[in-house]
Amino acid sequence: MKVVERETVETNKQTTRSLTLVQAVTDALGTMLAEDDRVILLGEDIGKNGGVFRATEGLQAQYGEDRVVDTPLSEAGIIGSSVGLAVNGMIPIPEIQFLGFIYPAFEQIATHVTRVRMRTMSNYTVPMVIRAPYGAGVRAPEIHSDSAEAFFTHMPGIKVVCPSTPTDAKGLLIAAIKDPDPVLFMEPMRLYRAFREDVPEGVYEVEIGKGKKVAEGDDVTVIAWGAMVPVARDAAEKAKAKGITCDVIDMRTLFPLDKDIIAESVQKTGRVVVVHEAHETSGVGNDIISLINKTSFLYMKAPVEKVTGFDVPVPFFALEDHFLPTPKRVEEAIEKVYRF
Amino acid sequence: MEDLYPIKQYVDKEGKFSDESIKDEITPELVKEFYYHMLRIRTFDRKAKSLQRQGRLGTYALFEGQEAAQVGSALSLEKDDWVFPTYRDHGALLTFGANMPRVFLYWNGRVEGNIHPDRNIFPPAVPIATQLPHAAGAAWAEKRKGTKNASIAYFGDGATSEGDFHEGMNFASVFKLPVVFFNQNNGFAISVPIEKQMNSKTVAQKSVAYGIPGVRIDGNDIFAVYFETKKAFDRARNGEGPTLIEAVTQRFGAHTTADDPTKYRDQEKVDAEREKVDPLLRLERFMKEYGYWNAEWVEETTKQIEAEIEDAIVEMERFPAPNVEDLFDHVFEEMPWPIKEQKEDYLESIRGGN
Repeated sequence: MKVVERETVETNKQTTRSLTLVQAVTDALGTMLAEDDRVILLGEDIGKNGGVFRATEGLQAQYGEDRVVDTPLSEAGIIGSSVGLAVNGMIPIPEIQFLGFIYPAFEQIATHVTRVRMRTMSNYTVPMVIRAPYGAGVRAPEIHSDSAEAFFTHMPGIKVVCPSTPTDAKGLLIAAIKDPDPVLFMEPMRLYRAFREDVPEGVYEVEIGKGKKVAEGDDVTVIAWGAMVPVARDAAEKAKAKGITCDVIDMRTLFPLDKDIIAESVQKTGRVVVVHEAHETSGVGNDIISLINKTSFLYMKAPVEKVTGFDVPVPFFALEDHFLPTPKRVEEAIEKVYRF
Repeated sequence: MEDLYPIKQYVDKEGKFSDESIKDEITPELVKEFYYHMLRIRTFDRKAKSLQRQGRLGTYALFEGQEAAQVGSALSLEKDDWVFPTYRDHGALLTFGANMPRVFLYWNGRVEGNIHPDRNIFPPAVPIATQLPHAAGAAWAEKRKGTKNASIAYFGDGATSEGDFHEGMNFASVFKLPVVFFNQNNGFAISVPIEKQMNSKTVAQKSVAYGIPGVRIDGNDIFAVYFETKKAFDRARNGEGPTLIEAVTQRFGAHTTADDPTKYRDQEKVDAEREKVDPLLRLERFMKEYGYWNAEWVEETTKQIEAEIEDAIVEMERFPAPNVEDLFDHVFEEMPWPIKEQKEDYLESIRGGN
């Protein structure tokens, strides 16, 4: 697969537009609708309404009702018909309105989306990108705020991607659309409109499976993704005031993890804090620790700390600030591993 | 509701026309084709059962009794259509052009059994009803491409209780997709009888909710199955959307070779009724009644089928041993490092000769 490194792209700043993360998603979808006739968007409210977060705004007007399709309210129908579309030559991009609503489609993903290639020895494949906003912190009603990535990273046959910036969101989404295999694309709704960035125009890809260092330091490695990246950066800034400097890594892809970027940083610092808003038990953080044990055990100066959502259902929003990792909790963990 | 969906039948249990409206469309070639395919898949089914008993196949799903439903529907397909089967529909697949040694391989636990060159056959759906949305999606793609191709989803009576039954039918109906939903109502979902599966008297009436045609047919009358499925495909190819067909039939044997039907039904009664409901016997009576029977041809055809099946078994048993690398090689197009590392470690460990 042809991959254009983000760094290469950033040198080409003259053709950029200032976009929020959600606008970068729209830009990626529009770019690929124009680029490839096989691309078809389907989901609830994505057409006329432009999606509940406006991620598909204007796309139906531009590309027509048969390319940007308002479907019945039917998660298994959306994902199941995407299997049929994909096996028959289309590149469907189903939107699940909130990741917490994906559970009715879980069977389709677990038993078909992820297995078609294996069950037919690659004679049939189902390239598709399942887009879903995820995460807490926007005061949404029940179930809307789940971080369900671990269900999918545990499922062989699907890649799991989670950007935290507009530029990465566009490049990763295009890479996902071009990927010959299914990708779950988690969009941190808390970051949808949190800030703007100059995003390159046209087609470019950010390689799936590669993390990115977003802050540089020597003492502690802080690993996060999605909406937890700004939290990790905040905490690292605060720690700096106390004389502790941190590498902050945005994983960007949760399967397959970028083991090299973790090993490289951890072997420098010897101390790690993993931050994710998903529940602690069986979370992706555990896989990161397991990787560190495998690649960097002898470099470690302290046990790895995890700052995560608790092992309780994501609460009604009156309590969500207690559930979500905060810069303060991360900062405490940084200090803990530093002073171990 | 039952009165609104009377069972459509052209040839009765005695093998006589109960409705002559299709008489002109019947040719000796068509009748022979019906008989050949039904005999072929019945012989296959019995052979597969016996191979399972000998330990030469794994657990096997029997379809004896459903030959008319499977052959009649499959013969109404065109070569480029899409088939989304369950794992009791290999009779339909064989009729459509599936590779017989590979059908045997499937039942021998080999993934190669899902690969049928030159035909759009999706691997059997093992969960229940999940293939209905797939059939809708594949038909949707054909509609977008502007072809006349359609898709068929096979499913049993139990599948109508699943959510995906509704979601697939609803999608196909809303988007007017060229799909035929072909239900084989054999009266039992493993052990649960249809009366405990649903409170509606027919499956066909469920079509009302989707605003699409629902057709209830005698699934043991191959003429009813063939001509009614063909009509549904004509509608699909003309852009008139999906049809729900309920083929009322029987499974004479167990759910699979691992099941004991005497625990949940009166098997003696089922065996005694065979004389009346056996679809192959009905066609034989029809052929004798209307002068299509040719004992010599039947004998020759029987021999030819038996030879084909024996050859297929030989080919299945001589198929190269499974390649361990296949365990890892078909999860992604490009192998991600965790799988690559696991593969290398495992191959190394088995090469070590422990």
